[in-house]
Amino acid sequence: MSGRPRALVPTTPSQTVGPYLAIGLSWPDGPLVVPAGTPGAIWVRGRLLDGVGAAVPDGMIETWQADPGGRFDHPDDPRGAVRRPGFRGFGRSLTGPAGEFGIHTLKPGAVPDGEGGFQAPHLDVSVFARGVSERLVTRIYFADEAGANAADVVLCSLPDDESRATLVARTGADGYRLDLVLQGDHETVFFAL
Amino acid sequence: MPAETTGLPGTTGLPEKTALAHYRRVPAEDGVTLLYPDYRSTVLRAPLRAPIELPQRLTEITGPLLGERLVGPTDHDLTRRYQDEPIGQRIIVHGRVLDGDGRGVPDTLIEIWQANAGGRYRHQNGDWPTPLDPNFDGLGRALTDAAGSYRFVTIRPGAYPWRNHQNAWRPAHIHFSLFGRAFTQRLVTQMYFPDDPLFFQDPIFKTVTSEQARRRMVSAFDLSATEPEWALAFRFDVVLRGRDATPFESGSGV
Repeated sequence: MSGRPRALVPTTPSQTVGPYLAIGLSWPDGPLVVPAGTPGAIWVRGRLLDGVGAAVPDGMIETWQADPGGRFDHPDDPRGAVRRPGFRGFGRSLTGPAGEFGIHTLKPGAVPDGEGGFQAPHLDVSVFARGVSERLVTRIYFADEAGANAADVVLCSLPDDESRATLVARTGADGYRLDLVLQGDHETVFFAL
Repeated sequence: MPAETTGLPGTTGLPEKTALAHYRRVPAEDGVTLLYPDYRSTVLRAPLRAPIELPQRLTEITGPLLGERLVGPTDHDLTRRYQDEPIGQRIIVHGRVLDGDGRGVPDTLIEIWQANAGGRYRHQNGDWPTPLDPNFDGLGRALTDAAGSYRFVTIRPGAYPWRNHQNAWRPAHIHFSLFGRAFTQRLVTQMYFPDDPLFFQDPIFKTVTSEQARRRMVSAFDLSATEPEWALAFRFDVVLRGRDATPFESGSGV
């Protein structure tokens, strides 16, 4: 046996961000994955809603994504890290009084799925809020990538079109739009990682 | 189907079935209860459908490595954000950020926020009959060092009342936000103080299912890190998810 015994240390549990998250988590450039004025940049906007459709004004959305070439600036990507100047990959938007959020970014490229194919362009999304005891994980896809979405390994793993639709941002005049719904008939698909 | 893999663009493709180092699942007994009616805000905000398994792929095993740009030289010291010092018991809060194998997580951003010594947050919704402190806004940031260690200087936050139930008080706590090295490791939690008499009636503390796991959110008084005639110290280690062994790890030395 060459491996050392692994000393497993139990993880620290999660707690809600509470109602005062804005004190600690506000960044002036949080929503800007790329700077304002970046050619080709898009806005991804929506509202965070609760189980009766009311706005969640004390929440936060974070996004993590590949660059337009499908690459990550990260050493654990076996293809190697790729740094794209001006591209942070990460976005953070506190929700406003109407539950609204917005992320200014470049649409990601397709990312290998590890099974010989490619995942459709997507953002990994974390949702935090008062009353949400642990970060919720979801994804945002793009409606104008219908072909790629139809072949996406994650979307294909979902039980039906209705649940798939909760992850796909529609195209509109001012960019992409998708509401995230914490609970109820139109509940967003959340993932266990 | 192997034939399909040959069509991948060479620069962006992955060899089929490339083994990525996945992050281990958190055992259920270490988790939280999302729908916990004693904490009233969960009732309309907890998802009711079972989450769908998302196998970790490239987007999940990578994540933002946010560095120095976000952290100024005195951001770890919440007592030096104004010309004068805040009122309250000055404390040092320090520890390490570790992964689930006990290894330090270097260069990772920690953001904290807290109430002042009287238990008041500087926030529009934070009002109750106790004063704001003009010299305290309750915000701090730090980066861990090469060993995963961090250190904050702050004042001990007070308990505060909230309207969740009759005579409800939150135990004193400091909010912690951590990134780790991957999207999967992201964690927001709260650090509590030892022997707080308010734990028993706090439904937020109790969203964590097991007593054992709750204790991991409670800091320890640390005499060795106190500074004589200046500050008491509390130690709080934060453990993020660790990774499964992979074929690549078995032969490596470190």
